Amino acid sequence: MSSERVELAHNAVGRAVPTMVNGKPQIPFLGTGKYQPRGRKAAPGIASSKDFPDSGDKRVADLETALRKCGLRDGMVISNHHHLRDGDKVAMLGLEAAARIGVKDLMWFPSASFPSQKNAIELMQKGVIHHIEGSMNGPLGDYCTQGKMRGMGVLRSHGGRYQAIQDGEVHIDIAVIASPTADFFGNADGSHGKSACGSLGFALADSIYADRVIVVTDNLVPFPCVPWQIQGNNVDFVVEVESIGDPAKIVSGTTQITRSPDRLRIAEMVAQFLRAAGIMKNGFSFQAGAGGIALAFVEYLKKMMKEDGVKARFVRGGSTKFLVELLQEGLTDYILDGQTFDLDGVRSMANDSRHVATSPFTSYNYHGKGNFASLVDAVILGATEVDVNFNANVVTHSDGRLLHGIGGWQNCLFAGCTVLALPSFRDRIPVIVDEVTTMTGPGEMIDVVVTERGLAINPRRTDLLDAVKGSRLPVRPIQDIKAEVEKICGKPARPTLGDRPCAVVKWVDGTVLDTIWQVG
Amino acid sequence: MSAAKDSSPGTGEAGHWGKDVRSDVHVAFETRDSGGVEISLESRVAPYYGSAILEQTREVLSELGVKHARVAIHDEGALPFVIAARIEAAARRGGISLGKRSLPEPHPVPAASPKDRLRRSRLYLPGSEPKYFINAALHGPDAVILDLEDSVHRGEKDAARILVRNALRAIDFGTCERMVRINQLPVGLEDLAEVVGESPDLILLPKTEEPEQVREVDRMIGDIKSRHEITRPIWIMPILESALGIENAFSIATASENLVALTIGLEDYTADLGVVKTTEGHESQYARSRVVNAAKAAGIQANDSVFSDVADMDGLRHWGERSRAAGFEGMGCIHPGQIRVIHEAFQPTAGEIEKARRVVSAFEEAQSKGLAVVSLGSKMIDPPVVQRALKLVERAKAMGAVS
Repeated sequence: MSSERVELAHNAVGRAVPTMVNGKPQIPFLGTGKYQPRGRKAAPGIASSKDFPDSGDKRVADLETALRKCGLRDGMVISNHHHLRDGDKVAMLGLEAAARIGVKDLMWFPSASFPSQKNAIELMQKGVIHHIEGSMNGPLGDYCTQGKMRGMGVLRSHGGRYQAIQDGEVHIDIAVIASPTADFFGNADGSHGKSACGSLGFALADSIYADRVIVVTDNLVPFPCVPWQIQGNNVDFVVEVESIGDPAKIVSGTTQITRSPDRLRIAEMVAQFLRAAGIMKNGFSFQAGAGGIALAFVEYLKKMMKEDGVKARFVRGGSTKFLVELLQEGLTDYILDGQTFDLDGVRSMANDSRHVATSPFTSYNYHGKGNFASLVDAVILGATEVDVNFNANVVTHSDGRLLHGIGGWQNCLFAGCTVLALPSFRDRIPVIVDEVTTMTGPGEMIDVVVTERGLAINPRRTDLLDAVKGSRLPVRPIQDIKAEVEKICGKPARPTLGDRPCAVVKWVDGTVLDTIWQVG
Repeated sequence: MSAAKDSSPGTGEAGHWGKDVRSDVHVAFETRDSGGVEISLESRVAPYYGSAILEQTREVLSELGVKHARVAIHDEGALPFVIAARIEAAARRGGISLGKRSLPEPHPVPAASPKDRLRRSRLYLPGSEPKYFINAALHGPDAVILDLEDSVHRGEKDAARILVRNALRAIDFGTCERMVRINQLPVGLEDLAEVVGESPDLILLPKTEEPEQVREVDRMIGDIKSRHEITRPIWIMPILESALGIENAFSIATASENLVALTIGLEDYTADLGVVKTTEGHESQYARSRVVNAAKAAGIQANDSVFSDVADMDGLRHWGERSRAAGFEGMGCIHPGQIRVIHEAFQPTAGEIEKARRVVSAFEEAQSKGLAVVSLGSKMIDPPVVQRALKLVERAKAMGAVS
């Protein structure tokens, strides 16, 4: 962490945020829909086919060679995608090759990081990596919030990452793309091969906007690799390796529904709410994640859809076998899938043309001519905290430690109805608080909070309040639920946070929504 | 990690801690002659509740009359009523503060439980697992049972009864009837001594074989009630789970006017008979019928056993429907997921309700006309049919099946 003084400004939600981050001037959050971008999109240099073999064969011996040929040098930005999740081997292979080459001060720009990549800490200590812009949790999150990282962390949503690359806020020098299947030309696909992960959408922006692109695969097929989710025309080099990842950690064999009676109750209440509010109707759409509550929600909703004879037009993935079953039973026309969480999802995407791989560009990018997120009728999300004004936190624990990335969470808030499904307390710690530790989503965009003790509807949504009037749902003011939980748990003390910023949370338009402060 | 019973005098441990433990706390207590109270605390919620836990520990020790002690606390997010119970149990195991209690902040005692209330589902909660207590009522059983018997290890009975006592006092169980299953006598009498002061609504008495056992429990409850100036009823539900208990069903059912129901325990009963317990339950058909008959003859409810396969909802539904047809009015549940299925199984069908309502309106019409004979169409309705219909409609109303 640099010792220079950080200038702070208060943004539209009253949060003190740095005006400079890693040497770049920042715009404090202005309010939703207030920031007007100008100028033109960024673009890589013009390449020429004369510099690439007519045979199409772009293979080189190994990743280190590829990085050298890309002109890797000090201070560059190296990117990876996280479709292989905790099973990924490619990101660390690339960074360790860079360390062997002897470069320093890289900025690592993953679409998300995972605990298996904790060796990045060592590379930061050695000076190979200067800082990380991307989600950090577990050991990496602690390293950041303990103030040990030299630069500031920057947390972006999936859509925000696409926006930052597209708008030129982040220029990727070298993108290293792990590809479950590829041909020698660099066409790449995630839905086939021994390390199949489904979609490769998170690597799309990197493949288009990076100066140099390296495709790394453990399943090289003769040209053409069909389908090609990544176009070889953007790719400089192809590297074949023994294994790009541990299949057991890339996707789970089966995703599990929660067994907790309290969480099942929450899931069922969410489904009952969608039905009572009239959101669950023919042609509707929804998105739910792969957490235990979300999966159970899909099962409850499915039962209600059958009872009422209702079909969805589309559902958004992260896909799991529970969404695949909806598709196969004719309860939805399409799955529009951003990432694939289990083997059933991977198989379905590979074999069923109605299971469509999408990218953060189509799904989430706010600086485009619209995106799919606002077309979704209802989205079911989690959070670590929510406050009495419906502002929510997904990135830090109440003690200020980094816990999760933003993922698509911020982008999903644009859905017609945003539902947070949460237990009312975890380990005696109430989830509903006076003020969130880290603002990740403004309360004006969060409509319903569902807990096992009842559900609270944002008073702004008088339409939803009216729609469920007369239903048997336990609708309660959010302050009521908070007071009940504090009666059970006692009112928690507020941990004191440090005054040195160690990371920032970006909003979907690139402005700075909040600061993550050094802890203890 | 579980608490081992203390080995040396003046020391005691209680509670649980470890990676997989939630909502519990482990307390190691050691008395000493001087030096005041010294507390060490490790807690996963320390940033939020660390000082509250220290403060509570001091208060509890002071109420227990402990002036000099070392106390080591490993907290896994336990709620205050649990922390107090574990400290008290550890101190008592150290031979300290016998006869003294530290009672948590009371939740207002709910209205007394009517004798003939709905008892379709009663949810068992293991008495030494506090994490299940707090949200149990949210799942809507007619009753919760804080269990001190089979789900509590022999070495944990003392700590569990303190925990259950505190739970009765501090937890909002909503509209659930608050039941406690005590141990077989004589251990069950020690359970009564600890919990009756907190006005449980009903005591389940396991392995009842003789009416005298009921009377003994009834007398002890009565004594404690008068010492605590408790005037509301505390009901008794004997569990018949042996061949002898079944044989004595009627004399047990009439042993006290505080009995509200008989129930049956099939695991022990089939073991006593030396037969295999099956899903069809033919082996216990006689015993179940005997329980229903004895209960009805005594004018109280008959309640069925539990269905032990929590994954088999179809089997549960089938069992529940047959159970209702046999005259039982409810059954036990060992998982909240069973509650709804049981309630549906014990709800009269729409056809039954409709028929009963027609009988009731015919009866009311006859009453208003001053007629002694009730008739529906061309048929004359016998008085028992009218009584049954009245009861069915009233029950259906209580279940929310009709408005």
